[in-house]
Amino acid sequence: MSVIVRAKALRRLFDVSKPWLNRVVEREPKAFLTAVADVDFEIEEGSVYALVGESGSGKSTIGKMVVGLTSATDGTIEIDGIAITGNDQKAKISEARQKLQMIFQDPYASLNPRWKVRDIIAEPAKLRGLEIKGLPERLLQQVGLSPEDADKYPHEFSGGQRQRICIARALSSEPKVIVCDEPTSALDVSVQSQVLNLMSDLQEQLGLTYLFISHDLTVVEHMADKIGVLYLGALVEEAPKETLFASPLHPYTRMLFDAAPRLDGFGREIDVPKGEIPDPINPPPGCSFHPRCPLATSLCKTVRPQMRLIGDTRVSCHHV
Amino acid sequence: MSFFVVVSLIMGAIFAPLLAPYDPFDPATLNLMNGFTGPLTPNQFTQDVFVLGTDDQGRDVLSTILFGMRISLFVGFSAVFLAMILGVILGLLAGYIGGWLDAVIMRVADVQLTFPSILVAMLIFGIAKGVTPAEFRDQVAIWVLILAIGLSDWVQFARVVRGATLVERQKEYVQAAQLIGRANLAVMLKHILPNVLNPVLVIATISLALAIIAEATLSFLGVGAPPTKPSLGTLIRIGQEYMFSGEWWILFFPAITLLALALSINLLGDWLRDALNPRLR
Amino acid sequence: MVQPVLSIKSLVVEIPTRKGVLRPVDQVSYDIFPGEILGIVGESGAGKSMTGNAVIGLLERPARIVSGNVLLSGNPIHNLSASEFRKIRGKKIGMIFQDPLTSLNPLLTVGEQLVETIIEHLAVSKKEAQERAIAALEEVGIPAARERIGSYPHEFSGGMRQRVVIALALCAEPDFVIADEPTTALDVSVQAQIIALLKRLCRERGVGVMLVTHDMGVIAEAADRVAVMYAGRLAELGAVRDVLTAPKHPYTYGLMGSTPLASRGLKRLKQIPGSMPRLGALPEGCAFSPRCDFAQEVCKTGSSPFIADEDAQAACWFPLQHTKLRSSK
Repeated sequence: MSVIVRAKALRRLFDVSKPWLNRVVEREPKAFLTAVADVDFEIEEGSVYALVGESGSGKSTIGKMVVGLTSATDGTIEIDGIAITGNDQKAKISEARQKLQMIFQDPYASLNPRWKVRDIIAEPAKLRGLEIKGLPERLLQQVGLSPEDADKYPHEFSGGQRQRICIARALSSEPKVIVCDEPTSALDVSVQSQVLNLMSDLQEQLGLTYLFISHDLTVVEHMADKIGVLYLGALVEEAPKETLFASPLHPYTRMLFDAAPRLDGFGREIDVPKGEIPDPINPPPGCSFHPRCPLATSLCKTVRPQMRLIGDTRVSCHHV
Repeated sequence: MSFFVVVSLIMGAIFAPLLAPYDPFDPATLNLMNGFTGPLTPNQFTQDVFVLGTDDQGRDVLSTILFGMRISLFVGFSAVFLAMILGVILGLLAGYIGGWLDAVIMRVADVQLTFPSILVAMLIFGIAKGVTPAEFRDQVAIWVLILAIGLSDWVQFARVVRGATLVERQKEYVQAAQLIGRANLAVMLKHILPNVLNPVLVIATISLALAIIAEATLSFLGVGAPPTKPSLGTLIRIGQEYMFSGEWWILFFPAITLLALALSINLLGDWLRDALNPRLR
Repeated sequence: MVQPVLSIKSLVVEIPTRKGVLRPVDQVSYDIFPGEILGIVGESGAGKSMTGNAVIGLLERPARIVSGNVLLSGNPIHNLSASEFRKIRGKKIGMIFQDPLTSLNPLLTVGEQLVETIIEHLAVSKKEAQERAIAALEEVGIPAARERIGSYPHEFSGGMRQRVVIALALCAEPDFVIADEPTTALDVSVQAQIIALLKRLCRERGVGVMLVTHDMGVIAEAADRVAVMYAGRLAELGAVRDVLTAPKHPYTYGLMGSTPLASRGLKRLKQIPGSMPRLGALPEGCAFSPRCDFAQEVCKTGSSPFIADEDAQAACWFPLQHTKLRSSK
């Protein structure tokens, strides 16, 4: 198995400063929000790698950097060994980018309402110069819709059907890697299961690689081979699915698992998680989880923990 | 209802040469002896009846109105078209590219908004008049009028398009197009433009009414359509000289026509806005 | 027997449209008892929020109640006028919605909003109301309540804001609270806090809660009983453990099976074929019959009876008689 996506020391800052005049008058420096801080990961070809985290964890920003919708402030991303950040060979970058596609969260906003389904699906293939005759019909069938749907407009479809159209569009440029940004969180449970099954089938048939981004642990557990847990822009733990769910090491991962509602949790009294996610503009010093952590010591308040390898788990915590 | 009025008025203007009993620009049919004939009064030389009377030079008021409307509508449509093209392009650029380009375009728009648009139009008209030789003035007057009204009207198109573009460019279908490497121009024209056109259409109808009124105002002030090619505004200006001397029809009928035209186009715009709003459907 | 705080009997809500009359709520009946959380679960368009809005008199025209009763502590409220309803909302019915920002007035401090509600509904002095407001904020777990009472809603985080909304819903001491997707906009860790808070307050004060959500996990953790809705009708009603572990209605069975948790360890998730029909195009007979593996001829003609036994009730001709899906501990 070869590595198809490699991210090294990935960093992304957002400028959240006040307007220039306010800064001058109030004598404030520029303010930055660290959305992604030094994230490393590797995705093996043909596998599903999931990033989980709550709001502000930077998971969507990482997805956008991988497909090139957002530039990285620092660090590198390699697709099939070709760096797509900080590389000045434009032709090579665009060749590498052709291997990428994305499926978005909101099936209502991700299809152009003025375009026919046929044109929506064909657009990526057309731009790559691939043969598009009969392609939309073939792809529609592949995602479980009817070829006649090609001449309809998006508003004639339900949320689940739209997400199938989005999948067909993503497949049309024959990508190797698809970034799936919360692909089912806007869907109902019964529709979600249909879409997830479709995605699994396609992955197997076409040998696709997924970067699966979600906040829903149950969905991630079903889909992923390897899981990275993010907190405030940093990777706190990464492990193969079985290992992570059998023995979570990082206190944040444990807290997440414990807090997630369970179908057999009748009358369960849980240890209610402490506190809330801090303001990402002024994150706590040291380990950013220390104010909510049951294991925190004075060391955690000052020194940022490094990634350590324990078994096949990578974890950044001083106390595991 | 308003749709019916608009269509019949526009039809009347288009087919003016066929419908009008007289050609007001053909001196051969004019007879000064017919001047100031009241409505429903017969022609002294033929058996025809002047349904709406005649003006000071013996021109049939009904015919001048039909021909005047042609000029008013032509100026109105062309001016709005110019304003729309300009406004949509600048609005798209400002909304999609953003940054300093957005700042420049929108500051220019803000500055222009602080002047009444009729003043801006008069300014442009004055400059144009100054640079064209006297013998061409009457010929180019109409085009200058279109330019003047069009340039004073683009701001609201630009503002609305910019606002709609800012909303659309955040949507994921735009990101989907960006990530497969679509050029900015293609994203703007093929993806965003079709989705911001609805409000543009509504503003276009409402500005059409405003442009016709602006044209009438300019012509009324004597800086618009020349008396040899009278628009509704010119007719009103001619008519108001006789308002208090008993020949009320020379003013009254062009004014009523202008009112009906502007009002029904406005109502049409309101209806269009409701019809295009998916929430009210 | 204890009197239910809220009793809905054969409620029907209709929306007249150009293409005919839609029934987003059709013959729905259930009771909520003091100190009980009744979960209402269903997919979008099933009519769960519409039922809630009908109960609290917030139906948007042209939707209206055409038949059935809603009794609040024994008194009919389905026929109240808008102004009469305004008096009992807040006082007798507390409300918690999905987005805490829309239920709070951004221009008033949380203290002002609490004091205003308390004075309006309870005959107390301003000073007394102030003290009660602080006590209410402390009760929902807002640290340093005495200092924070002067803060505006935007100065609180999402989770804290939802706590303020809960304080506001409970400060006039209602007997009944309706919570419509109260944790959907929140992160997992905050969601757990809010659910724990709701459960505690419901138990301590003997308030009846109607918890509307699409999340089966939240229902399992929070609710005592659950009502499953499908296409405007009640599909199944019963104690949460019974309904979730031994569903009688094939829809509930399919819904439970399609959650990733229930299919843990399986390569593919179980799925229900098709999707919920639109209200304008409901099939004859049982609305679930076209998607149902167990459907027979009778399901496609007459409307299904509500079959009840001691555990649970299901609107099905052939309620499932299976051994339990999962062992219930």
